[in-house]
Amino acid sequence: MKYVYFLSLVLVLSSAFVSRSATNTVQPAIKASIDRGKTIYLQRCMACHQVDGSGVPRLNPPLDGASTVKGNDKLKLVRIIIKGMTERVEIDGEYYDNNMSANPDLTDTQIADVLNYIRNSWSNKASLVTAAEVKAARTKIK
Amino acid sequence: MFSFVLSSQIQHYMKKIVLVFLLASISFVINANDSTKFSLNNQVVADADNAGLTLPSGFGALIAADNLGRARHIVATKQGGLYVKLERLVGGKGIVYLTDANKDGKMEVETSFGNYIGTGIAIKDNYLYASSNEDVFRYQLDENGKVTNPDNPQRIVKGLWDKRQHASKSIALDNAGNIYVNIGAPSNSCQEVDRTKGSKGMYPCPILDSAGGIWQFKVDQTDQGYHNGVRYATGLRNVVGLDWNQQQNKLYVTMHGRDMLYTLYPDMFDTTVSAELPSETMYEINKGDDAGWPYVYYDHFQKKKVLSPEYGGDGKKAGGEKAIDPIAAFPAHMAPNALLFYTGNQFPAKYKNGAFIAFHGSWNRSPLPQEGYYVVFIPFENGKPSGQWEVFANGFSGTEVVKNPRDAKHRPCGLTEDSDGSLYVSDDVKGTVYRIVYNAK
Repeated sequence: MKYVYFLSLVLVLSSAFVSRSATNTVQPAIKASIDRGKTIYLQRCMACHQVDGSGVPRLNPPLDGASTVKGNDKLKLVRIIIKGMTERVEIDGEYYDNNMSANPDLTDTQIADVLNYIRNSWSNKASLVTAAEVKAARTKIK
Repeated sequence: MFSFVLSSQIQHYMKKIVLVFLLASISFVINANDSTKFSLNNQVVADADNAGLTLPSGFGALIAADNLGRARHIVATKQGGLYVKLERLVGGKGIVYLTDANKDGKMEVETSFGNYIGTGIAIKDNYLYASSNEDVFRYQLDENGKVTNPDNPQRIVKGLWDKRQHASKSIALDNAGNIYVNIGAPSNSCQEVDRTKGSKGMYPCPILDSAGGIWQFKVDQTDQGYHNGVRYATGLRNVVGLDWNQQQNKLYVTMHGRDMLYTLYPDMFDTTVSAELPSETMYEINKGDDAGWPYVYYDHFQKKKVLSPEYGGDGKKAGGEKAIDPIAAFPAHMAPNALLFYTGNQFPAKYKNGAFIAFHGSWNRSPLPQEGYYVVFIPFENGKPSGQWEVFANGFSGTEVVKNPRDAKHRPCGLTEDSDGSLYVSDDVKGTVYRIVYNAK
């Protein structure tokens, strides 16, 4: 029985190792995007959403662990960054009172970068957002 | 009161010795009752750990109630009860009434009522007043301080702006039948697009017609609104703490200053300046006053009103020549959520008529550590601060340094004074009510 535990532990560890090394080889581009995104985050987002993405209870929603942030609706995310947000909406069971800034001046690449940072920081892990996706999304946002 | 009546009777019947003896014996019985009451009060003892608070020497604290929900403002009744306004309904109710039957300081929920969320709550002349984010209601109190019409309050004000941001309506009452309601501006600095880099400040700021000030209404009229309320003071971005100073017979307020100087103007301000400015401010309010928002903010380092960058400011240019100056300024972003002038006799003399301010604690000082999360005292003489402010009660956050607001376990939000002179502080994270007492440990 102990042996089985040990074996499964080895399997889990090795699979983790494999996926991590795969990440390292595939993703220098993502890493560069995330690094650029961090600079934008610190300038534009940090004041409200905090350094650790934990947000401010009842004022500014957390980004760390937020279902929308980690989700696949990239159009929605691009829209929020470009247009800001002023509606009263429930986010993961809570309401937040502050208005979110609009950021229409950010380029497609900058928006992709900051999304890649937010979606892959703290406990978040989500798929890559490309500048092309942001560009396509932007055409749908009025 | 009774002893006064008795002593005048004693004088009146001075020569009737038998009666004097009779009255003296009655007076003795009443005094005995008073001392019994006093000894009951003495049973209010501080918790061994002072409820986790750090206080000046001689003070102690206990947890009077806990887990009430998002306890915003609070008000004590003459009879020793406590009303707590909640920002989120608990069991469908937004006001909690606490009493302390055995007078040990630990309060029990007697009832809850009011199907609306909100912040403001106050008592004046046997009425309880409470606000939602758009209305103000009035309830009748009975001789025990209990609301007689919990389900049928009189709605005295309706239809005030509730646009999410700064929507809480704090209230205070004067001695002439008026109620003062803060209507916070649903905006940071009246930009065309709120909180957005490069967006211009609107001039004149149209928000000021309906918010960004204190409105005055009558206490006894039904369904008043903007059409028959008086804009008593303007240029106040968001006042959450306000109190009627009985000594001066005047309104005093604490304002939340603007946010995001760095985020919006990175070429003009760095993150440190943005964390330290602008000041949180306290004003003495006269009818018609303008405190200058959004056109100026106060800088306690330069000791002047500075023109807002949205209106051509550069961090140095002065502005707001017609606007009033604050009577006290505090570090930026600490969020003064409650103001209380202390009128009791339990605390040492220096506290009498001075101001307690509950600082909810900052969020936009990041990446610097957050500040506030404590109750401050500032001594007053003749309606003006007579000394520096000092931290009176600290430790609410339960952590040495608050890096992010979510770290704080409790955040001070409301203040009220018990008839025995104790100070109550509410917390809107866990719904803890602290009672701070002097020499009761």
